[in-house]
Amino acid sequence: MSESNNVLVRVHDVDKVFRRGSEEVHVLGGAHLEMPDGEFLALMGPSGSGKSTLLNLIGGLDRPSEGTVEVGGLRIDRLSDRKLAGWRARHIGLVFQFYNLLPVLTAERNVELPLLLTHLSRAERRKHVAAALGVVGLKDRSQHYPRQLSGGEQQRVGIARAIVTDPTILLCDEPTGDLDRTSSDEILNLLSALNEEQGKTIMMVTHDPHAAARASRTLYLDKGKLATEPEE
Amino acid sequence: MVGLINWLSQITAVTKFSLRTVPERLGSSASAVFGIAGVVAVFVGVLSIAQGIRQTMVTSAAPEGAIVLRSGADSEMMSGLGREATRIISEAPGVARDAEGPLSSAELFVILNLPKRSTGTDANVPLRGVERAAPRVRADFRLVEGRMFEWGRNEVIAGSAAAREFAGLDVGASLEVGREQWQVVGIFATNGDLSESEIWTDAKVLQPAYRRGDSFQSARVRLNSAGSFQEFKDALTSDPRLDVKVARQDEFFAEQSIVVVTLITVLGTIIAVIMGLGALIGALNTMYTAVSERTREIATLRALGFRSGPVVASVLTEALILALAGGLVGGGLAYVAFDGFQAATMNWQSFSQVGFAFAVTPQLLVQGAVYSALIGLVGGLFPAIRAARLPVATALREL
Repeated sequence: MSESNNVLVRVHDVDKVFRRGSEEVHVLGGAHLEMPDGEFLALMGPSGSGKSTLLNLIGGLDRPSEGTVEVGGLRIDRLSDRKLAGWRARHIGLVFQFYNLLPVLTAERNVELPLLLTHLSRAERRKHVAAALGVVGLKDRSQHYPRQLSGGEQQRVGIARAIVTDPTILLCDEPTGDLDRTSSDEILNLLSALNEEQGKTIMMVTHDPHAAARASRTLYLDKGKLATEPEE
Repeated sequence: MVGLINWLSQITAVTKFSLRTVPERLGSSASAVFGIAGVVAVFVGVLSIAQGIRQTMVTSAAPEGAIVLRSGADSEMMSGLGREATRIISEAPGVARDAEGPLSSAELFVILNLPKRSTGTDANVPLRGVERAAPRVRADFRLVEGRMFEWGRNEVIAGSAAAREFAGLDVGASLEVGREQWQVVGIFATNGDLSESEIWTDAKVLQPAYRRGDSFQSARVRLNSAGSFQEFKDALTSDPRLDVKVARQDEFFAEQSIVVVTLITVLGTIIAVIMGLGALIGALNTMYTAVSERTREIATLRALGFRSGPVVASVLTEALILALAGGLVGGGLAYVAFDGFQAATMNWQSFSQVGFAFAVTPQLLVQGAVYSALIGLVGGLFPAIRAARLPVATALREL
């Protein structure tokens, strides 16, 4: 995925309409966003402002009602559901607020999940999983089940799962929202390291200014408008 | 090809996860399994009655056996043959012979009233007057208790199913036939076929007791081989002295059993379908619960890039596995509870009782398994579609 001008994500004039009974709610109202390759972007804004919606549109988890979403030069809003699923598997790493690990699987198996969608052999998958768990510092806990891990550890497993396929972009939805300050710092250190040392492009939705401060750029979304400063 | 393998490995992976979560949903899963088990047990149980009757009346009939009735008669009850006719029949081409003569028995068929052992109520039991060749006409005739009746005396032998089902047929007991007492002197078996539901005596003694003169109702013959039937039939039907109907024994009994077997099969199927609807609702409920409890998991897998096909397949597979487990339990229960269970029922063609054993055959067990699988697939289909249509972004947000 190469892109001229080094722009990886280009969101143009997007809107997402939700229906609440007979009422139509326009969440993004024609938002524009460009994100260069290698950026660590924090997206802030009040609840219901559409941060997660924008993240989902970029991650191909949802489709815009209007406008275009381009990632790595590809118009993902035009892809079929089937192609979109395949595209997500190859290019998107997702980190969720509540980790979303499968409770019946060990940390190792959870991290292996996205690799089941590739053509890698079992041995190759194990190698990738070990490397990803090594990056998040959880190699020795690979055989633990989620319930045997702390919140911070579970989120680190979540990050290992997100990076194991070496995706084009990491999308993190409130990754520290469920964690205490110490664990939260660990996660933010990890994300910063992934961005600075491995050049990962990261978009992080957060409510926490402390978390946003770790990003290279922060945007504020309110009433469908993206701004570099919060609205007074 | 690689795409297919990838798709199959996705199905395997997702199905494995979903099956591993079954213990967390043990209650609803077990209720679906046992609901389906109950349906299959009843389904197999009821159909095993029809199967048992069919086996008694048809399966055990020897292929080289033939029966001759008066033309136009559908059963022995409605038939009549004179002495001369039975003599011509016994000498027809194709009839097997041994040292004692042709294997042909002119027979008389009357009905006695005897109390059932199980309920004490009277039921119709066939009393058959036979000729000397009768035991040899039936390939598997053997005495299991007592002795053969003496020709020319008021003695009877009882078939083992008749002796089991009806009171008063023990060896040494006496029966009132006409106005006289007849002695039960033996019990015979014929490899589980219809004759075991009958009482036999000498036709010559039975004729005057029922004022039948020198007439019979049917002739049973044993042919040289099953292939001799056409020759035998052609000879009789083209003989101007005779006005008869000739049938292979197995086909005749198949026709005789149609009414009762069809009745039981239809009733059994109706019962199974009605119960099946109940089990279907149970399975639907279980799988809807499973999908709703796994919403987070399914949404996460979809978000990671798993396609909806494997998710659908995993829900269907889980439903299928639960249903087949139910089918196995139900089939096993039916086998343990019903197979070999002995009973008697009315044969509407002869207006007499047929003793038979419930037969839970491998074929019935397969039918039960197929039925349970059908319930599972239909029960899993709608929940699977719901899982596939789950809007990923919305589902993730709601959790």
